[in-house]
Amino acid sequence: MISLSGIQKVFGAVQALSGVDLQIHAGECLGLVGHNGAGKSTLMNILAGTLEASEGSLTIAGNGLGKGYLVQEAGRLGVRCVFQELSLCPNLTVAENTRIIHPVLKGFGWRTRAGLLIMKQLDQVFPGHGVSASDVIGDLSISKRQMVEIARAFTVTDTDIRLVILDEPTSSLDSRVADQLLKYVNQVTGQGVSVILISHLLGEILQVSDRIAVMKDGRVVACRNAADFDRISLVEAMGSTVVAGAAPRRGEETNATIGEERIHMRPSGQPDDQSIRAQAGEVVGFAGLAGQGQTEALLSVFDGHGVLPSGARDEGCCFIAGDRQVDGVLPLWSIRKNIGISSLRRMRSGMLIQSERELELAEAWKERIGIRAPDVEAPILSLSGGNQQKVLFARALGSAADIVLMDDPMRGVDVGTKNEVYTIIRQEASQGRTFLWYTTEMEELDYCDRVYVFRDGIVSETLTGSDITEENVLQASFKQVSGAA
Amino acid sequence: MRSIETFMRHHPWSWSFVAAFLTWAATAAYISGTGGLALASTALSFSTFFVMVGIGQMFVITLGPGNVDLSIPSTITLSAVVSMMVMDGSNAMILPGFLAAILVGILVGLFNYSLIRVLSIPPIIATMSSSFLVQSSAIALGRGVKIKPPAALEWVATAKLTGVPVLSLGVIALAVCMAILLNRTVYGRSVTAFGQNTRAAGLAGVPIERIRYLTYSLSAVLAAICGVFLAGFSGGSSLNMGEEYLLASIAVVVIGGSSIAGGNSNVPGIFGSALFLFLLVAMLNTFGAAAGLRLILTGLIIVGVVTFAGGRTENR
Amino acid sequence: MNGLRFFASARFWRGALPALSLTFVLVGVFWLQPRAMSYFGLNLLFNLAVPIALATIAQMFVIAVNDLDLSIGSFVSLVACIGATWLRDTPLLGIAALLGCVAVYAALGALIYIRQLPSIVVTLGMSFVWSGCAVLLLPTPGGSAPDWIRTLVSYKPSYVPMPLLAAVALGLVVHFGLMRTSWGVLMRGVGGNEKAITRAGWSVLKLKMVMYALTAVFGILAGLTLVGLATSADANIALRYTLLSIAGVILGGGEFVGGRISPVGAVLGAMTLTLTASFLSFLRISPDWQIGAQGAVLIIVLALRAIVNRLEARR
Repeated sequence: MISLSGIQKVFGAVQALSGVDLQIHAGECLGLVGHNGAGKSTLMNILAGTLEASEGSLTIAGNGLGKGYLVQEAGRLGVRCVFQELSLCPNLTVAENTRIIHPVLKGFGWRTRAGLLIMKQLDQVFPGHGVSASDVIGDLSISKRQMVEIARAFTVTDTDIRLVILDEPTSSLDSRVADQLLKYVNQVTGQGVSVILISHLLGEILQVSDRIAVMKDGRVVACRNAADFDRISLVEAMGSTVVAGAAPRRGEETNATIGEERIHMRPSGQPDDQSIRAQAGEVVGFAGLAGQGQTEALLSVFDGHGVLPSGARDEGCCFIAGDRQVDGVLPLWSIRKNIGISSLRRMRSGMLIQSERELELAEAWKERIGIRAPDVEAPILSLSGGNQQKVLFARALGSAADIVLMDDPMRGVDVGTKNEVYTIIRQEASQGRTFLWYTTEMEELDYCDRVYVFRDGIVSETLTGSDITEENVLQASFKQVSGAA
Repeated sequence: MRSIETFMRHHPWSWSFVAAFLTWAATAAYISGTGGLALASTALSFSTFFVMVGIGQMFVITLGPGNVDLSIPSTITLSAVVSMMVMDGSNAMILPGFLAAILVGILVGLFNYSLIRVLSIPPIIATMSSSFLVQSSAIALGRGVKIKPPAALEWVATAKLTGVPVLSLGVIALAVCMAILLNRTVYGRSVTAFGQNTRAAGLAGVPIERIRYLTYSLSAVLAAICGVFLAGFSGGSSLNMGEEYLLASIAVVVIGGSSIAGGNSNVPGIFGSALFLFLLVAMLNTFGAAAGLRLILTGLIIVGVVTFAGGRTENR
Repeated sequence: MNGLRFFASARFWRGALPALSLTFVLVGVFWLQPRAMSYFGLNLLFNLAVPIALATIAQMFVIAVNDLDLSIGSFVSLVACIGATWLRDTPLLGIAALLGCVAVYAALGALIYIRQLPSIVVTLGMSFVWSGCAVLLLPTPGGSAPDWIRTLVSYKPSYVPMPLLAAVALGLVVHFGLMRTSWGVLMRGVGGNEKAITRAGWSVLKLKMVMYALTAVFGILAGLTLVGLATSADANIALRYTLLSIAGVILGGGEFVGGRISPVGAVLGAMTLTLTASFLSFLRISPDWQIGAQGAVLIIVLALRAIVNRLEARR
């Protein structure tokens, strides 16, 4: 039995966890759900010893562990974690990666022993997996890598495993393999091993969990037997973020501004005659499950594919990233320079950039989009995540680009910010800008004039007007699931 | 006092000037009399060459981790050899010689960039491979021929106006232009954005490939120009004249307070650290330290500076 | 299924490239100068390849953990100077100095890891330090190698020339240590995914220190072999090893980041680079083009690798 009490974690100015209490019983599968940024991954890192809690205590099998609880300790106590981003070394083989988590696999014949160990486990969890012990991880497909990592977490050498944490384990597995995993989870919990399962697929959670804990804003807001939940009550517990009805209805009031066609693109491999079109003044949504080719489609438009001459004027397309740190923020710069980077040409007189003009632009957008900062010369990293995201919006909307590409930009952004930004998107569209908006949040599709649902890199359904409903989008998201698997 | 402190913290390049001044003061006090002024003048002369290549290297380093131009020394040598051959000691041929040297720079830059782009290899490997070829060309062209530079070029490279080297005035002007280029132009901003987060810069509309190409060309062209003046300064080209500039060009950038992780650079620091490096050697010479000791101190200073300046900023 | 087979062949070609390039250059040499195909000829051809191969292996350890050593050339020079002075005159002092060098390298590894410093700049600074020490120790070329080293490097076994034996032994020993043992896995893992190693509870700090120390050990072997062959030393004797060793690792199929390295390939790469120089002289091309030819070989091999990779990606 494992128990956490009063766990807090602070990153700089951000309180990621604010007092989490949680018990995990032996031999149970605990489902853990919550929105992005609710603190699930942080909590699991603390449990696995890869992050240290700022406050609070942790008890594993009667061992009280406070500060200084580290990975080695976790390993000794039989806690294993499959992290969201893979923890395999791509340059090593399957057997060699197994050796990394097992210090006892050494000496003469370790390769054979490691190979046998991992292959036995793979056979048990994923029968028919098609992986061999001497395969180099980098050469394997992403789903096979994930299978190896999961199987590795269940391998046993000198210490028994007590708890395995699976953080979004099925994100890159197809449904058949995912079922194999869920079946295996049932089997090991029967043998007394505890499993924590984190997943965005509520069906999975409801199917295998004994109990379900719901996290929101850095704390556990509900924790009950799985039987007491259904899909609807789970979503309610997670806290639906945007109040429906706040969205301006598309159609009637906005169609007056829709003008020339700017984008006409067919995803490569599209089997039917559906294609992505967007006109001036339109907000076009990309929907579907995460990672079905929406971002790739946006990037290919960014590179100019499918952009008609009418859309290629001025500075062409601008891009608003969802993954701020990787795709958006220029970390050493002030807010002003971060906003100005996409509009540099317009701010020149002669050869030189006029910082007054840049300042003007930044000040204007700080005001308009409500960036909460003392002034625009403050470093961008001093802002909270939501405000950094607003800076990226200001950068894109402040540029002269006619086409705005949005790659799920509201990830981990608070409700207030979202509503402010939605209003501005509508305003900008009515002034003739074209928006392509990939979103994973159903409510945001209410702002779209037309929605393309993606599945396996192609458009599986085009929805317009009143056809844009949660049921239709979900239906289309899983359209070819039986055929693909 | 407080305001000086904050100034220095916000302008990391100021350290290099303080260090340069202190070493100069120590040496000048030791030799006493007017020797100090002469020393300052010599330091200005010698540091000009470091500054020229340092600026090019600085733009390259600003592009971020893995971006270093290792072909600078060989470019210096090749351009010196080529320009001396074209000029052939005649004042009238100075301009064509210069153009030939710049052409060498442009070609080397283009070659470096093509290797990076076409073979998709890290810039450091690309510039290293091309430096092998460039160095070889210089050796093959320049072996056995020792051509004196034209008198006018020699004058420009060595003359002093009331103790101030003419060439150093030119280099100060160059540095001012380059500082403006870095801070006030679209190109400079783009380079700085590139080095902070290449992917984000690309998605914000920075033309990544064009910036990379321009930067490697700029570095090569500056090295080529340096080669011409160096040949003028030292009475002709020699086959190992570029050698010391490989490490020195990187050293002046780092000591000057530019971030080796990219995205945060400055021009004045290059000037300060070039002066400092020369004066340090001069000081140790005056104090009678052995050559080895000078090298060791230089090395320790580089390691010390980068240790205290810290490495990659931790992005959360 | 067809795709799978092609994929396997792409990987095969990438791995075979170092061996093929060496064969190609070797065949060229034999074709131009059939007399090279003898015990004596091979000895002569590959003699100087041994220290370069050792330095290349040293560089490879650093590259395996995603760093780069710009000081290996000056370090090997320093070792040669120590070999030609202290190690001969006061062996204990010499050995202590060499052990000290290993400790300094390990400390550098620690410094680079703890402060997250760019290895390029730190080793750049160290190259001045090593050169300075070498100049202090041996201000003018000279000294003389201890007799035991000279005897060792000029040993002539029957049938197979010493340099070839040494190269094979070097490749196999390092391959075994780094690619086959359970500890080698951890060290390469640091280059592949540092976080994964940390999460599994290993100390990346210690692993990096070990890798840097190994660099020093092989750098020392390179320096001693070199001084044995050259019989005397000077402070600049091996400066060009810095670039040659990087070229050798890359030529041998190693990659700059990601811990993908090949010890056997690195040895082959070093031998190819050495041989290229002789190849030119047999072609009666001026030795001025020696460095250029090495650069050209490097570029050609990298180009071939890019082609293989691109074909693979298209699949």
